Amino acid sequence: MYTQALNSSDGDDRGVEDVARANQFQARIDADERIEPNDWMPAAYRKTLTRQISQHAHSEIVGMLPEGNWITRAPSLRRKAALLAKVQDECGHGLYLYAAAETLGTSREELVDGMLSGKAKYSSIFNYPTLTWADIGTIGWLVDGAAIMNQIPLCRCSYGPYARAMIRVCKEESFHQRQGFEIMVTLCRGTAEQKAMAQNALDRWWWPVLMMFGPPDQVSQHSDTSTKWKIKRFSNDELRQKFIDATVPQAEFLGLTIPDPGMKQNENGNWEHSPIDWDEFKQVLAGNGPCNRDRLAARRKAHEEGAWVREAAMAYAEKRKSRQRAQAAE
Amino acid sequence: MATPNVPLWEVFIRSRNGLAHKHVGSLHATDATLALQAARDIYTRRGEGLSIWVVPSNAITASDPAEKGMMFEPAETKIYRHPTFYDVPDEVGHM
Repeated sequence: MYTQALNSSDGDDRGVEDVARANQFQARIDADERIEPNDWMPAAYRKTLTRQISQHAHSEIVGMLPEGNWITRAPSLRRKAALLAKVQDECGHGLYLYAAAETLGTSREELVDGMLSGKAKYSSIFNYPTLTWADIGTIGWLVDGAAIMNQIPLCRCSYGPYARAMIRVCKEESFHQRQGFEIMVTLCRGTAEQKAMAQNALDRWWWPVLMMFGPPDQVSQHSDTSTKWKIKRFSNDELRQKFIDATVPQAEFLGLTIPDPGMKQNENGNWEHSPIDWDEFKQVLAGNGPCNRDRLAARRKAHEEGAWVREAAMAYAEKRKSRQRAQAAE
Repeated sequence: MATPNVPLWEVFIRSRNGLAHKHVGSLHATDATLALQAARDIYTRRGEGLSIWVVPSNAITASDPAEKGMMFEPAETKIYRHPTFYDVPDEVGHM
């Protein structure tokens, strides 16, 4: 669900290995053909996509942590079942995406190691804490809402396996957003204290959610190449604007105030936001957000504590194979 | 330490009686039993299927995309294999 600032490409395709093939490749992209795993592709296309898809996968996996934090404390069985299903979906999304990334030639183990070692990035939004139950509502409503804006165009991305994975993800994502909004509606119709909790969550999440769309267009690196390759179909600012315009009336419905006193509607009907604090974004991406260390530590612990399961499953498969070989030899 | 490579499986699901199994994605599992269980968890969380096949990826023989021109050219030039190639007079109606 969560790409963010990930869709920047690794340089352009200058000095590409084979000009004629590169031209043919671009012609296929221009004709809206899908590129499949065994097709020829420029090295930079492969590298860009491997990074984007695997970082997207890492984001799904790390994204289970802030919400998993509330499963045991959900206020009712209905909410608990829905949250559990949502977190399971995030895991599934991570797995679809890892499988898509692997088709580009990097093994699952290498991809996962990249995340655990801190070398690969994941969406900065998951480095913020979930302090109250209203945060779970806000994540579904806004974080998943922003993710949907980002992901719908990815269903038409030029790389076949990624586009197909995104179609599955998008189908499931709409439940996430609706369950989040329902939590917000319930809180906002509740006691004054509950409504204040909802407002507080919106106050904390609003700006980090706007940052999910990545840096503003004028400073976004290499985004031209991703656009040329049809990995990216809309710019960061276009998607951010679409998201804000869709969200303002929803906040009004809830009776909540978006924490941007300078926000105003222009003559085209678009809501213009105040400047975003990009230093905060850079700090969080650099590893200095409120929860970066916790998140990585939790992933490493889970990976290490699961090692014996992976080893046992491998040993069992080996044992069965050798027994079958022995029986066949008899 | 990186875990050794766990085998890759391709997953096929038959959604309803009467339809064919369709490729839905892939997963890693050490053996067929675990692959089936993982396929159930990953690909059928919303009643997507009535039957699952898992096939070791390396057991699949695929046509070479570089040769797709030669491979599929014979059919491309035989448009008379399609019903729309034939003219049926309007008076006859739907056929």
